[in-house]
Amino acid sequence: MTTTVQLEVVSPGAYASVQDVGRRGYRKVGVPWAGALDRRLMRIANALVGNPEGTPIIECFDGGQQFAARHGAVRLAVAGDAVLELISNGERRVLMSWCSMTLAEGEVLRLRHLEHSRIAVVAVEGLTLPPVLGSASTYARAALGGVDGRALTTGALLPTSAACEGKEKMLSALPSVDSDAVRVVAGPQSDHFSPESLASLVNTAFRVTSEADRMGVRLEGPPLQHAGAPEIISDGTVPGSIQVPGNGQPIVLLADAQTAGGYPKIATVISADLARVAAARPGQTLRFQWVDAQAGEQLARDAEIETRRLLASVRPLMAGGIDEEALYAGSLVTGFIDALSPEYRLVPEHT
Amino acid sequence: MTFRLLDAGDAAFTIEFGNAITPSLLDTVQALDAAIASAHAAGELAGLIETMPTFRSLTVFFDPLVTGRQALIGALKPLLDGERQKDATNERHWRLPVCYEGEFGPDLVDTAIAIGVTVDELIALHSGTEVAVYMLGFLPGFPFMGDVPERLRLPRRKEPRVRVPAGSVAIAGGLTAIYPWESPGGWHLLGRCPVPLFDASRGSPSLLAVGDRVSFEPISPTEFERITATRKTNEIDIMRFCKVNSSLLNSPVTA
Repeated sequence: MTTTVQLEVVSPGAYASVQDVGRRGYRKVGVPWAGALDRRLMRIANALVGNPEGTPIIECFDGGQQFAARHGAVRLAVAGDAVLELISNGERRVLMSWCSMTLAEGEVLRLRHLEHSRIAVVAVEGLTLPPVLGSASTYARAALGGVDGRALTTGALLPTSAACEGKEKMLSALPSVDSDAVRVVAGPQSDHFSPESLASLVNTAFRVTSEADRMGVRLEGPPLQHAGAPEIISDGTVPGSIQVPGNGQPIVLLADAQTAGGYPKIATVISADLARVAAARPGQTLRFQWVDAQAGEQLARDAEIETRRLLASVRPLMAGGIDEEALYAGSLVTGFIDALSPEYRLVPEHT
Repeated sequence: MTFRLLDAGDAAFTIEFGNAITPSLLDTVQALDAAIASAHAAGELAGLIETMPTFRSLTVFFDPLVTGRQALIGALKPLLDGERQKDATNERHWRLPVCYEGEFGPDLVDTAIAIGVTVDELIALHSGTEVAVYMLGFLPGFPFMGDVPERLRLPRRKEPRVRVPAGSVAIAGGLTAIYPWESPGGWHLLGRCPVPLFDASRGSPSLLAVGDRVSFEPISPTEFERITATRKTNEIDIMRFCKVNSSLLNSPVTA
């Protein structure tokens, strides 16, 4: 029998799409990079299932996703603060993220919810999707990459070449939760803003609105005043650009954002901190802090060193070495989980 | 040519040559972009990821794990100081079909009233002017083209549309464009073009390139549907709408 082993999307949850490192070299014809919003999570998840770091992954927003193994066993790993559940023959069992697991044919993995952030990443051993313009990343606006060029839908089938040999792996050093100010470099049009507005950007808290997706995150705060017209002759944007339209409310551009824009850009979020903005939940507040461009470069290098330290902490999950019962009991995850709670729901904000 | 270096975070910077849409700024940006591309192709400029040329500026993307802002600016210095020549060879002229009728041009009547001409005069003004592609973006294959005749210079609509259909041909602020994808948009919609502007399966996915010249040929709704049908069956021959240096490309007519 030659039927390919597949991972079926039983439910795409709030939103899920295939992403990798993104496509490069086409911005000048208007194609944004797309790609994983949190590349550290992508690299960790891939390492846990033994994939090369840049293998396409499933980027999951806000939980609710369910995946099933079809025509054979599929090895998966989830990176992110997700609470997971394995559904096997009608029985439900809570699982941890940050380690690999193998779904037997017919078993379903469910991302019940995410604890604090909006993004979790699911890596699938041997996931193979054809690159489009050099990348498998989904960019739905132009129907590029992913499965049929769009976000995952119920019933989508992802082909894998899973071997499922060897021991499961776990991440022994967990990423720290960073709630410090988001660091920004003064933007290409920072001179289009009053000194008071530049001060206000770093002295006040901005609330993340519900208008937040892979293109960008709209923030809400005291209006930032333009020194002149709130329009410029369109010029290049970058992931992290903070553009300010006429209403004075900033928008942080992300991986799927337009490649050029006509709003003045007051600042740019450094690459080391951008995933945190993308993963911030509506209602949560963000604060900003100035750094200069060279300090930002150094922070990018520091972040890479930290990512490599985390990747180096991937270890085989030893039978007997780690208490599997304890891992599966879920008490390690949050201290308290109601494994029988009905369906996914967004955890209310406590801010 | 003087320029300003503007920070765009820790992994990009923008070289800004001016604050206007003029032929000389466009040529300066394109010439620098071509010089960077050839240096990069020759193995120089380590850590450069890509560039984004616009009307008046060039954004340079780099990998801070490989290079840094100072090092890359240093490496670009000879290119910035060098003489830049516009490469005029292989200029392409496109004559793109546009249906300026009915539902395809929802702003046609309002625009004609706003500038004080008849609808026929408006169509003649828009289709009778050859424009140049100034830049591509903000969406894949989206061409900003100009200049349109002075009479067609209009600000954007006060209320942007939530949904502009793919193929819409539009004007705003002295420029004209074609929306390759359905998207929100604030331009005035005069017609619709059935030729696909972006196709990832093509070696060069964007139909148009910066510097191409474009004019529009008014077509009937019947002709629009006919070309759309050839597009659906993949029989459309896009090069039949193009002339290179006045010599017609030898290609079969299938649409």
